[in-house]
Amino acid sequence: MSDATADPRYRRTPPKRPIRFSWSDERVRAIVWQLLVVGIIVAVVWWLVRNTQHNLEVRRIATGFGFLNREAGLPIAEHIIDYSPTNTYLRALIVGVLNTLKVAVIGIVLATILGTLIGIARLSKNWLVSKIAGVYVEVIRDLPLLLQLLFWYTVLQGLPNPRNAMNPVAGVFLSNRGLLLPWVEWQAAHTGALLAMIVGVVLTWMYSDVMRARRMQDGQPRRVWPIAVLLILGLPVAVWALMGAPFTPDVPALRGFNFRGGFVVSPEYFALLVGLVTYTSGFIAEIVRAGILSVGHGQWEAAQALGLKPGTVLKQIVLPQALRVIVPPMTSQYLNLTKNSSLAVAIGYQDIVSIANTTLNQTGQAIEGIAIIMAVYLSISLSISLFMNWYNAKIALVER
Amino acid sequence: MVSFRKSRGSVIRAAVLSALVIGSTFAAAPASAQPQATATLDAIRARGSLVCGVNTGLAGFAQPDSQGVWRGFDVDYCRAVAVALFNDPNRVRYVPTTAQNRFTALQSGEVDMLARNTTWTLSRDTSLGLDFAATSFYDGQGFMVKRSANVEHAPQLDGATICVQPGTTTEQNLADWARANNIRFTPVVIERIEDNISAYLAGRCDAYTTDVSGLAATRAAQASPNDHVILPEVISKEPLGPAVRHGDQRFTDLVRWIHFGLVTAEELGITSGNAAQAAANDQRPDARRLLGRTGELGAMLSVDNAFMLNVIRAVGNYGEIFNRNLTPIGLQRGPNALWTTPGGLQYAPPFR
Ligand SMILES: N[C@@H](CCC(=O)N[C@@H](CS)C(=O)NCC(=O)O)C(=O)O
Repeated sequence: MSDATADPRYRRTPPKRPIRFSWSDERVRAIVWQLLVVGIIVAVVWWLVRNTQHNLEVRRIATGFGFLNREAGLPIAEHIIDYSPTNTYLRALIVGVLNTLKVAVIGIVLATILGTLIGIARLSKNWLVSKIAGVYVEVIRDLPLLLQLLFWYTVLQGLPNPRNAMNPVAGVFLSNRGLLLPWVEWQAAHTGALLAMIVGVVLTWMYSDVMRARRMQDGQPRRVWPIAVLLILGLPVAVWALMGAPFTPDVPALRGFNFRGGFVVSPEYFALLVGLVTYTSGFIAEIVRAGILSVGHGQWEAAQALGLKPGTVLKQIVLPQALRVIVPPMTSQYLNLTKNSSLAVAIGYQDIVSIANTTLNQTGQAIEGIAIIMAVYLSISLSISLFMNWYNAKIALVER
Repeated sequence: MVSFRKSRGSVIRAAVLSALVIGSTFAAAPASAQPQATATLDAIRARGSLVCGVNTGLAGFAQPDSQGVWRGFDVDYCRAVAVALFNDPNRVRYVPTTAQNRFTALQSGEVDMLARNTTWTLSRDTSLGLDFAATSFYDGQGFMVKRSANVEHAPQLDGATICVQPGTTTEQNLADWARANNIRFTPVVIERIEDNISAYLAGRCDAYTTDVSGLAATRAAQASPNDHVILPEVISKEPLGPAVRHGDQRFTDLVRWIHFGLVTAEELGITSGNAAQAAANDQRPDARRLLGRTGELGAMLSVDNAFMLNVIRAVGNYGEIFNRNLTPIGLQRGPNALWTTPGGLQYAPPFR
C-alpha cells in the first residue's frame, strides 16, 4: 500500500472547478442520481412498513415486542442459565441463544481439530490412511446434513434404557437418556476458577507473543510452557483454593425413571454436535489439504535439506504459510456450521430457532419472531467474520 | 425423505407470512381499516375449491388412505364446507400442517380454514387473529406409557422424560400441571410428530402426552396397541374445532352453522340414508327448515337454501361422522354425545 501512495501519479488531485448547475455537469448528475436512489429506497421501505402495519391491524394480529415480558410457559430441557416455564419469553429466547452458542462454539473447535487431522491424513504417504480419509470426506460431504443428524439421533436412541445403562467406568453411564458423567456441585468458587482459567489463557497468549518477538530479535529460544502451566492451571486452582476450595462430588445415580445428578450430555445435543462436527470437518479437511498443497514443493525440500524432521517441517514451515490460504474459506465453514445448527428442531434440541418458533406459534407474532431469529444469526455471524478477519490480518504475510 | 421440507417448514412458512403481510399490495388493503367481510368466501368461489389445513396424519381425524384420499373427522368438516359451497365434497385441496406452522398457514392465507384438532383458547382467538367457528370435539390432555413401565397414574411420572410436540397447548399444559403437582420432568420437544412418536417408541421418553383423542389415534396406529396404556388422568380442557381468519364473519358464520346443522340433524334423526326422503316427507317444522324446505336460512349464509340437505347426504350427521371415523380408533362419544344424553355437551342453537 505504501508504494501505491508514494506513486506520484496518485498524488495528483484533479483541478478544482466550480459546480455548474447544469445537467451537463457530471457532478450535478451524480448528486441527482444518488438523491433519486436514496429517495426510492426510503419510499419503498416506508411503504412496506406502513402496509405491514395496516395489514396486521386488519387481521387483528398482535404486534410489537411487548410479548417478551410475558410468561413463556414453555418447558425447556437444557439450559445453561436458570430457567423455568414461569420465566418470560425474553429469558426463554436467551436460553435458546445460549444453546445455539453452546453447540456452535464447541462444534467449531472440534470440527477444526478433526478437519485438520483428516486433511493432513489425506496427504499422508500411507496409502491406507490417505484412502480412509478420502472416503470419509466423500461420504460425509455427499449426504444431506439433516439425514446425518437423524441417523445419529436414531443411533443414540438405540442405546439401552437407563435400567440397563452401560457403565464403562464407575460413575459414568451411557443410555438412551444420554451420557452421564460425575461432576461437582457447582459453586461460586468454580465459576471463579473458570474465569481465572480464561484470564490465564489470554495472559499466556500475550506472554508467548512477547517471547516470540524477543526470539525474533536475538535468536535465543525461550521456554514458554512453565509460565503457561502456571497461568492456565495454577491460577484457577489458586482462585478456587482462596474461595474455600469447595468440592462435593455429584455422581449420577438411577432413581425412578431416570438418572439424577451428574453432568448430562443429552442425546439431542450429542447427535447435533456429532452431526455438525463430522459434516463440517469433511469440508474443512479439503480446505486444509488445499492449503498445504498451495505451499510450494520447494519449501518442503528446502526444509528437509536443512535436516528438519517431517513434523517440524509441517508445523514450522508449511502450516504457517498454508494458514493464509486456509483462513478465509474457513470463515464460511464456521458460518455454515452455526447456521446449520438450526436443523436442531428436527431432533428436538431447543436452540434459538426452536424456541423462537414456539414463541411465534404461541403469540402469533411471526414477523417479530423471524426478526429475532435473523438478528441472532446476523450477530453471531458478524462476530465470527470480524474475528476471522482480524485473525487473517494478523497472520497475513508481513511484506518488507 | 420428505422430512427435509417439513422440519424447516415452520420457519419458512413464518418467513413467507412475514413477506406476504409486508408485501401485500394496496389493492389487498383497501383504505378503510375494515376487513372485507366476504373476502374468503369470494376467494373460495372464484378459485372453485376450498383449501383446508389439516393434520399431517392422525388416524381418525385426518389421514390419506391407501388410495391417497384424505379421510377422517376433521376432513369431513372440510368436505361439508365444500358441499355447502359447491355441492361437491371433492372440491377441497388439503394442506397438511404441523402443530407449529398451522397458524401461520392460516394467517398468511395459504389455507382458508383449519380443521385440525386445534384447541380454542383466548389468546389464539384474539392475538393470533383467528376465529373459532365451533367446538366440534370436546377433548382433554392425557398421557400414554408403555404397559411394561408399570405406571398406572399420571402422578407416578415424577422424574420421567416426556415427549411432547412444540407449538401445542399440550406443551404449556404439561408445564402447568407439573408445577401445580410438584412433578419434575424432562421434556423432549421434537417438531415432527412422527419423530416425536418414534422417540417415545424407542424409549427416549417414558411417556408421550397430547390430547386423549390424539393418544387414541396414535395407539390405534401401532402394530400392537395393547403394549401402550392411556393413563386415566385428564389434565386439561381441549375444545377442538375448525378455525378461520378473524374478520371474515360471513365465512365464520357458514362454518359455524354447518357444525350446528350437523348436530341438529342428529337431534332430529336425519341421516345420510334418510335425508332425501325426509326432505320430501318430513313435516316437522325444524326438519323442514334444516333441509331448506321453508325459510331462507341458506340465503342468509350466502349459500343454497338446501345446503344442509346436501351436506348430510354427502357426509352424514354429527353422530355418523363420529362413528365412521372415531369409533374405529376406540373413542367413545363421552362429552361429545348430544346434550340430551347424560354427560353430553353437543348442543346446537335453534336453526331458525
Ligand atoms: N389440541 C392441541 C394439540 C394439537 C396437536 O397438534 N396435536 C399433535 C399431537 S396429536 C398433532 O396433531 N400433531 C401432528 C403434526 O404436527 O403433524 C393444540 O391445539 O395445541
